[in-house]
Amino acid sequence: MTTDVHQLDDGAWVSVNDSREVNVSNLWLLARSDFCGCELTDFLAEGFVDVSVDHPNIEARMAGRCIACGTEGVTDWLQVGRVIDPESGEFYAIDPESVHFPDKRRRLARPQK
Amino acid sequence: MPTKVENWKDEVYGNEIRDHLMEFAEQGWESIPEDEQDAWFERFKWWGLYHQRSGQESYFMMRIGTPNGVIEPGQLEVIAEVADEYARGPAENPEFGDAYCDWTTRQSIQLHWIKLEDIPEIFDELESVGLGTQQACGDSWRNIVGCPVAGKDKHEHIDAWPVAEELHETFKGNDEYSNLPRKWKVAVTGCDQGCGQGDINDLAYEPATKEVDGEEKLGFNIRVGGGLSRKEPRFSRSIDVWVPPEQAADVGAGMSALFREYGDRDDRFNARIKFLVDEWGTEKMRSVLQEEFVDFELPTAGENMRESYTYNAGGDEHGDHVGVHEQPDGNYYVGLNVLVGRMGVDDVYELADLADEYGSGEVRLTQRQNVIVTDVDSDRIDEFLDEPLLENYEADPHPFMRGSIACTGTEFCSLSIVETKNRQVRYARWLKDNVAVPDGVEDFHIHLSGCTASCAQPQIADISLRGMKTRKDGEPVEALDIGLGGGLGENPHFADWVEMRVPADEVPGYIENLLATFEDERADGQTFREFIAEREEEELQDLAEAEETDYEDPYMHNTKMTWYPYVEDDDMQSSPAPTNGEGEPLQPADD
Repeated sequence: MTTDVHQLDDGAWVSVNDSREVNVSNLWLLARSDFCGCELTDFLAEGFVDVSVDHPNIEARMAGRCIACGTEGVTDWLQVGRVIDPESGEFYAIDPESVHFPDKRRRLARPQK
Repeated sequence: MPTKVENWKDEVYGNEIRDHLMEFAEQGWESIPEDEQDAWFERFKWWGLYHQRSGQESYFMMRIGTPNGVIEPGQLEVIAEVADEYARGPAENPEFGDAYCDWTTRQSIQLHWIKLEDIPEIFDELESVGLGTQQACGDSWRNIVGCPVAGKDKHEHIDAWPVAEELHETFKGNDEYSNLPRKWKVAVTGCDQGCGQGDINDLAYEPATKEVDGEEKLGFNIRVGGGLSRKEPRFSRSIDVWVPPEQAADVGAGMSALFREYGDRDDRFNARIKFLVDEWGTEKMRSVLQEEFVDFELPTAGENMRESYTYNAGGDEHGDHVGVHEQPDGNYYVGLNVLVGRMGVDDVYELADLADEYGSGEVRLTQRQNVIVTDVDSDRIDEFLDEPLLENYEADPHPFMRGSIACTGTEFCSLSIVETKNRQVRYARWLKDNVAVPDGVEDFHIHLSGCTASCAQPQIADISLRGMKTRKDGEPVEALDIGLGGGLGENPHFADWVEMRVPADEVPGYIENLLATFEDERADGQTFREFIAEREEEELQDLAEAEETDYEDPYMHNTKMTWYPYVEDDDMQSSPAPTNGEGEPLQPADD
């Protein structure tokens, strides 16, 4: 089974295999990011703009703001969880409060069933 | 490539959703296959149902669309009965109890904690008195808004109520317009004060005169592409079209068909017509409408009445319709302030009784989350004003109570960043008790929206509050961005965002300091909006400091991470949801 991802409800959710898994309003700590000048970006996720699969990772680009310096914008691709076994489709969320390393790679295709 | 939502809509959408909804309701929550929940939740919106947020699975918000906010005689009692019987959740709200109605900024009604299994009975009850939830949410013609006293207003040039009613009748359940690229919000204004808020709607009918065959006629100018969401606020723009009332529905059909055909179905963030107006410009919008979507010659725009718009214009305003006002027939309407638009169900019953006893039984909802009792006999005004219900829902409220608007917030909403309604109640009470009202201010708008969707319309308030987060002593806390000086009127203006990420418990202190500065530095008779408008960005930032006061905020923690922010054991794992039709947990909560 192909892992199926999309954003829902005006970007409030990342849905994985038709299950709402990651919600907005969490703080994400971003390291080695050029989102802003902060050493660690203390990023408030206000909406999911794009979602993608890079097996086994589920990735998203988020609109929001660094609450330390106030820079607003959209992040590079950020891992929000994993689906290790596409057959079972089980989603393992990542703790937003751990440190994350955004990836600049762009994926335009969204796998569909 | 069309979005996932568009694919779902292609499969099943519009009226046909109802049969599926009824079947699921009959068989219970668990009958919705897990891998189809996203698709069905998206479709259920078309029938006014929004699945509540994480921790509240199996419960829905239900929106009832009342065109122009008109609740006809006999309907309010049924709304109260439905709320009383079906909108009681597993936990109580400390300010409002365990059953209540929300009056919204689009003159609709929202109920929470609705169980799927109850929907057939609720629909039967609502429809027995002509109410419904059809198209209250979803990608179609939404509830028509307008001047809430249309037909009963001495400032009126055209009775907008029949026009709003015709639009409602024409486009509700109409398969031709049931699947649009995105929501379609329409405002009809008939008065010369701008109460319909057409400037922030996708399609606005605004009163205008036009010489036709040598005779001056009343009709509407057409504006398109207003809206506040996603940090991309736009005022609607004139497309140089005038329409007589009898052709209002034809132009509405043409505009929404244009949107249906040309709106962006590949990117929902770019789908609202405001972005198409950005891309095309108003001239192209007009020419495409003329050439492809109407079969009569569109007259150019007539003489508008915007010069006299006082609604939310910052000065002496007709304002929010709160208070006692004479109708053209000699009766009176009485606007009552409902703090943050939420009313406990016992009070809703009482309001229905009072409307019957003193008026015609009709009640209307405003775009300021307030209620209006119409058709009150002039001889009975004083007696009505003495009714105990009006101690809490005042006809002459304190300015800080009067101007307070709040969206749903993290109590139920997936998008919101912060708690809103209970917080705004506490703000209003604290401000009333602690802050001097600047001289001459009778109505001071403070709108609190939990996120950038802007359901509380923060950008058109004197003080705009928008959900954020910050850290305080290293810990994440709920915070608000603060904007100043927004409003409508002849020359509408969006608030300027001045203070960012202010911890929520320091906002009342900021407002206290700001209003003290305003009182000290204002020119004689200068309004707050004028005071803000004449200052540059840097000056605005120096106007006041945020600070802690004796205001206490119980919602500083991450309310979104709770299953319900007000219960003692608010841990997500302690949620009773999802539940069955009896409200019993389907899976035992973790101890």
